[in-house]
Amino acid sequence: MDSSEDLGLCSIVESASSGNEQPWGKPCTQLLVSVATPGCDGFPSLDSKESYKLSISEDSLLLSADAVWGALRGLETFSQLVGRDEDGTYYVNETEIVDFPRFRHRGLLLDTSRHYLPLKAILQTLDVMAYNKFNVFHWHIVDDPSFPYESVTFPELSRKGAFNAITHVYTASDVKAVIEYARLRGIRVIAEFDTPGHTLSWGPGAPGLLTPCYSGKNLSGTYGPINPILNSTYEFVTRFFQEVSAVFPDFFLHLGGDEVDFTCWKSNPKIRAFMQEMGFGDDFTKLESFYIQRLLDIISSFGKGYVVWQEVFDNGVKVRPDTIVHVWKENATPYMQEMAQVTKAGYRALLSAPWYLNHISYGQDWMEAYQVEPLKFEGSPEQKDRVIGGEACMWGEYVDVTNLTPRLWPRAGAVAERLWSNATVRNLQDAYVRLASFRCELLRRGIQAQPLFTGYCDHEFSGF
Amino acid sequence: MGLGGLLVGLFLVSAVLVGTSVRHGVPRAEPEPEPELELAEWDPASGAFPEDSLWPLPQSLRTSPRQLQLAPDRFQIVHGAGSSAGPACALLQDAFRRYYEYMFGYARWLQRGRKGLAAKPELAQLQVVISSPEPGCNGYPQLASSEAYRLTITEPVAVLKADEVWGALRGLETFSQLVHEDDYGSFLVNASEIYDFPRFAHRGILLDTSRHYLPLKSILTNLDAMAFNKFNVLHWHVVDDQSFPYQSIYFPELSNKGAYSYNHIYTPTDVHLVIEYARLRGIRVIPEFDTPGHTQSWGQGQKDLLTPCYSGKQPSGSFGPVNPILNTTYDFMTKFFKEISSVFPDDYIHLGGDEVSFACWKSNPEVKEFMKKQGFGIDYAKLESYYIQKILDIVSSYNKGYVVWQEVFDNKAQLKPDTVIEVWMGNNYVQELSSVTGAGFTAILAAPWYLDYISYGQDWKKYYSVEPLDFPGSEKQKKLVIGGEACLWGEFVDATNLTPRLWPRASAVGERLWSSRNVTDLNDAYKRLSNHRCRMLSRGIAAEPVFVGYCAHEARGR
Repeated sequence: MDSSEDLGLCSIVESASSGNEQPWGKPCTQLLVSVATPGCDGFPSLDSKESYKLSISEDSLLLSADAVWGALRGLETFSQLVGRDEDGTYYVNETEIVDFPRFRHRGLLLDTSRHYLPLKAILQTLDVMAYNKFNVFHWHIVDDPSFPYESVTFPELSRKGAFNAITHVYTASDVKAVIEYARLRGIRVIAEFDTPGHTLSWGPGAPGLLTPCYSGKNLSGTYGPINPILNSTYEFVTRFFQEVSAVFPDFFLHLGGDEVDFTCWKSNPKIRAFMQEMGFGDDFTKLESFYIQRLLDIISSFGKGYVVWQEVFDNGVKVRPDTIVHVWKENATPYMQEMAQVTKAGYRALLSAPWYLNHISYGQDWMEAYQVEPLKFEGSPEQKDRVIGGEACMWGEYVDVTNLTPRLWPRAGAVAERLWSNATVRNLQDAYVRLASFRCELLRRGIQAQPLFTGYCDHEFSGF
Repeated sequence: MGLGGLLVGLFLVSAVLVGTSVRHGVPRAEPEPEPELELAEWDPASGAFPEDSLWPLPQSLRTSPRQLQLAPDRFQIVHGAGSSAGPACALLQDAFRRYYEYMFGYARWLQRGRKGLAAKPELAQLQVVISSPEPGCNGYPQLASSEAYRLTITEPVAVLKADEVWGALRGLETFSQLVHEDDYGSFLVNASEIYDFPRFAHRGILLDTSRHYLPLKSILTNLDAMAFNKFNVLHWHVVDDQSFPYQSIYFPELSNKGAYSYNHIYTPTDVHLVIEYARLRGIRVIPEFDTPGHTQSWGQGQKDLLTPCYSGKQPSGSFGPVNPILNTTYDFMTKFFKEISSVFPDDYIHLGGDEVSFACWKSNPEVKEFMKKQGFGIDYAKLESYYIQKILDIVSSYNKGYVVWQEVFDNKAQLKPDTVIEVWMGNNYVQELSSVTGAGFTAILAAPWYLDYISYGQDWKKYYSVEPLDFPGSEKQKKLVIGGEACLWGEFVDATNLTPRLWPRASAVGERLWSSRNVTDLNDAYKRLSNHRCRMLSRGIAAEPVFVGYCAHEARGR
């Protein structure tokens, strides 16, 4: 069709057709994308605007957004609207969409310490996150089993702490690649360097960092959390996090702070002596707080904000008012109660507790994830506002590249919709139909997403 | 997160303890306590001790510390003198090449002729000797086939002796598990003597291609993985309610109308390929055409096969199990099973017979009338048995044996003495094994091994800990348990997640069915299974991790 006079104009399907030949009007030639505020070279942030309007009519195809991030979201939606009929013709229906996310922080956690994940697997995950409008990649990069982060300041950390110092590490360029790949998809990268617990792999490359445990009066040969009583610890932490703050551009760092086991500290006589000196008595949460507070000050001095796991809040550590508390525990206190307490105390909260996707079970467990209501707790509107979103977590004890993608998708999609869409969008039957269809679309896009239930897609995944 | 930090610490301790256990009289020094933190516990035991990666564990294994070296471009797998099989045995020729590639992989491209200083004696050949006058090269594996083998590894020539080619295949797999690389990339094998045979003759995997279609490639990949684990039966649950992907020659409408789409079909060529690919790996293919229940998809292409259900006096529009009262049903089944009997060469066909819902039959006035005439009263189990018996007779007339799900036995159908009953119901399967074998029937156990029932954590241990013969019964009864099957039903499984979901969890079942009854130590199994998993990865099987850790040759991902 002649489109020279019709810049940006097109005809689309007319709903009623007399049934002869093609019902199609003039082919659509352009989707106009209009962004109000520049920002192509910047990084997305918690406050980024992701709203967009999509207007598809006879006269025009228009995607308008305040910021580039909204344009990205709108492009994804547009791509989901384009259909194909039996003759192979691509078409799109007349549509008006006004869209924006319900929650600003919609994250996915990957754990690259329990199992190393090759760069390609991380990048592909970022692609699928974008298809699902996730906007935060929470990179739980190191932990007890391995330290794959190649530090420029302390190269020994990965040299001694990675599963294999050459093949199972993330080099500086790997990290840059992840950050940029994510940025191009409107995804923030929040790195987590979890301390003082979960740090066994830091020990070999940083002698003296971890607390030596005692068996009676003698060294037992094993190690515990970071040693909070030594100046050298804080010198190390300062230099290390100076690098991390520079490498990762997001305003926030995740500092961990979960599951600190006090046994080793208790066994160590020097630590016990320190506890006495400081007047902490037998309360090791005070020692934990002592460490965390100094850590937080160090991070603040680098101009970063921080997210911490809920124990930091539960144990009464003094944190800055703009701290974000990450709620993950499902057992002791019901997590909704925790959400209420965190927000009541004035902190912003992230919800992960009901969204541990590594906890697999038989059947359509995506439905449980979908039915979670993040604001289902007693609290004031101000409190509810402090719930900035949540994260689906894929811890790595039993997960590596062989099973990451099918285990993540489409289950994580349930969390994605819960965090983006309106609170009233809850109908399971409707969600099933859309999610099953979306899963076939993922297959078409080359993503090894597993089935929701019995059935088929036109083009199945056929192997590597 | 929850379990990670604390449990890993516990595992470190147990892993170190296990590492010091002596197995073969080979003295091993206690590791010196290290002042600095050593993360070696997480290293895979890559060649530390070669038997640390054998799976399943052979019946009898003697290794020595004496190491022999193999040079990939000189080492040969050949037919030994006196073997009843020779170069004409395509099955073995294929296996020789396959196992050479598994062992040496990329090393084939190493430069020729650079003979370095051989620090160790060279193992030049593996000779394969088949002793039975009928080696089985052109035949199909059977329940009674011999899979025993003896492997003698010593310089300059190792010898693999087996009654039949099936034992040679098992022995080649074991040999390939013993060859390992040292830190310098040299291929080594310890001088050893192995005598091995399976504890159970029927070691199967059930795949369901009806709830989800499985592309051919994924089935073939799975057959490879089965061979690595010495499984020898593919129980192909090919059709069910949801779809009918089997393209029948006599009844093409079955798949034309009953498959999900034309792309979701197994043509006769596909089927032949699966059967032959399996045969070359010593794997039997037992197809299951489950009736009279689980047959919704049959009704699409075969009118009047299924029972029309009634709502009061009117047909409701829905259909139930196969209609047992019509002659046309049995005409159809006679012709259909004639085809199946000729397409599938195994001696056995699985006829299903599970979960027959009686509601539809009860609603149908003609069925009710038939019940009265036959004197069945209101006992629909009798109608079910009536149907099953006729099918069993049809299948017997084609000289096939049959496997049926336990309901067929439970509902007291008349069965031939050589019927195999598959015990699948989780409630009280121990009692069921007693009953089935007590009545003189052969049994295979599936109940505790439904691998589609996933859960968080190391559930392989649960499968490994099952002892099939732990049921009240005489020695004679116990002999009637011929093996078992790990089942991967397809409601939530297709090619996107099949391999990681099956492997290495099914490996636990594989060892339970092959190895000796007293091989039960979970710590030792953990070590061997983790190494075995890494090996499967390097052979192109995307087996999921057992626990935290890594493999030297990881899947690089897409």
